[in-house]
Amino acid sequence: MAAKEFDIPVLPTYLEIPEIKEGIMEGDGPFKSSEQFQNPLGFPGEKVDNWQEVAIEKMGELKSKYRSVQVFLDSCVKCGACTDKCHYFLGSSDPKNMPVARQDLFRSVYRRHFTFAGKYFPKLVGAKELDDEMLDDWYNYFHQCSQCRRCSVFCPYGIDTAEISMAAREVLDAVGVGQKYCNQILGKAITIGNNLGLPEPALRDTLLDLEEEIEEETGIAVKYPLDVKGAEILLITPSADFFAEPHIDGLIGYGKVFHEDGVSWTMSSYASEGANFGMFIGSYDIMRKAALRIRKAALDLEVSRVMVGECGHAWRVAYSFWNTLTGVGAGATDEFGLKLQNQLDSRYPQPQHIIEYTHDLIQRGKLKFDKSVNDDRNVTFHDSCNVARATNMGGIPNGQFILPREVIKAVCNNYVDMERSTIKESTFCCGGGGGLLTDDLMEIRIKGAMPRMQALKEVEKTDGVNTLVAICAICKSQFSKVLPKFDFDPYMIVSAHQLVSEAIIMEKPQTDDSVTQEAEEVTE
Amino acid sequence: MADILGAEVDEEGFLVNLKDWTKEIAVEMAKGDDIDLADENADLFHERWDVLNLLRDYFEEYQIAPAVRVLTKAVGKKLGKDKGSSKYLYTLFPYGPGKQGCKFAGLPKPTGCI
Repeated sequence: MAAKEFDIPVLPTYLEIPEIKEGIMEGDGPFKSSEQFQNPLGFPGEKVDNWQEVAIEKMGELKSKYRSVQVFLDSCVKCGACTDKCHYFLGSSDPKNMPVARQDLFRSVYRRHFTFAGKYFPKLVGAKELDDEMLDDWYNYFHQCSQCRRCSVFCPYGIDTAEISMAAREVLDAVGVGQKYCNQILGKAITIGNNLGLPEPALRDTLLDLEEEIEEETGIAVKYPLDVKGAEILLITPSADFFAEPHIDGLIGYGKVFHEDGVSWTMSSYASEGANFGMFIGSYDIMRKAALRIRKAALDLEVSRVMVGECGHAWRVAYSFWNTLTGVGAGATDEFGLKLQNQLDSRYPQPQHIIEYTHDLIQRGKLKFDKSVNDDRNVTFHDSCNVARATNMGGIPNGQFILPREVIKAVCNNYVDMERSTIKESTFCCGGGGGLLTDDLMEIRIKGAMPRMQALKEVEKTDGVNTLVAICAICKSQFSKVLPKFDFDPYMIVSAHQLVSEAIIMEKPQTDDSVTQEAEEVTE
Repeated sequence: MADILGAEVDEEGFLVNLKDWTKEIAVEMAKGDDIDLADENADLFHERWDVLNLLRDYFEEYQIAPAVRVLTKAVGKKLGKDKGSSKYLYTLFPYGPGKQGCKFAGLPKPTGCI
């Protein structure tokens, strides 16, 4: 693992537009996917011989299929508003990481092949051929975009670089140049049911272990039910919640909240993943394949509510796409989608975020807390990009910013926001989203984290902030890795529900689980 | 592709065929990361091997690496409660018990949002 040497950015007092360093992030990009990971997803195992032809054909297909992509490619006026908005540009100084320059890698080829001016006067309109060098640039720089959509907030035309980046990755996969990290994971997600490849026995064992641990610690038998038919709620959470730290302390929090509410709930070993990397690689078909596992689990387990755990892009997929992908929500037209719509209880939001659920219980006075246990913490909240810019919570304007903060403030006394231009709709990406959370992209992950780290450093100085909360598995893992590079404690990153878990006063003994006991275990 | 003592490894240094694993391969992999798994008197020698053996045993049963909490609990039982923490595991394997530990133990690299 001979990693390239690079300088870790120094945190400035104020974020400034960096002096451009052309080519500083040039490279081969992340590890390429091999036949073993490409073929199960229906992609060629290696770069196909007639790749240019295939790529142009695919671009034509995408521009017709997704009107938005064509509008985004046609409407840029090069005003420059986006240039200093990308965390990867701010952290790396490479001009190709300016959103407009990133888009132009794709746009110049689009112009050459799909516009009149580009076909006949390519040089006048910046139209370019798709040659080997261009394809390499696509692969490298479209894997330095976390599809966080911060730039689109500042674009007067609303051009969404994320969609262009997704389209470019889809073309790359179509010609056989895929990314190992995403595609290996997707293979596991659509065959085993989660990104880790955690099979049912291991998952069951892990959850039993967790139950044991909580009972030892609190004396209360908090349960983590798996495959319980007839439960009310099906929880779909990122598999990192089972596996990694600090994620698992969030899962402990969810369980305690369910326990206190006395609701029957379950997870599914068939659909044990909230994350859906199909979105990252731009493939609607694969995104749907992953989402359909959730529909099948919900139908088989006959649940009446579907809930999503702390995972940023999962909530985007669930909130924005599940309705037509699976029938959770409204809008399905196929038989099983309609069946699920009838099955789900329309008195609750479908799907519902775990934050919405906990928030509602707090509002109704159903949960009791001892906030003082979190008094050693000075807390701030990192808005995860997909939650902030692609979803809502609570059905109120800006609910996705309000609800998590209200939950946090309900369980701890010391809360402060980071600088306004780095949070809420303007939040900076953690640096590891969009399929970039892999060791082979560590340089861009560290550089891209700089703007968020800068804002964090300021509240550390002014308010003694020592706890960073996130509601996304990727953010949590990314921060654990990059925090120490900027002289922070890696353990300062926690789940929102970890704070809930620490402050919650557990009152009810485990007597009201009759529903769970009556419900039969599904055996495969 | 690269190899270690004749066993094929991928671009991240993980064994391609898990059956190829031997103690000698683990020692060789660790050498590349400046960790001594050969000398019995080396610092943390026994603790490291205890963890690698736990990883291998768990993998044999479940075909996957244990979750961090499952591993720390098992380590706590084996080496004493004060050592059952991920902080301690990081002292044994600075690049992470999940990734570096799994590599030496001949397990596949854990994947996902971790």
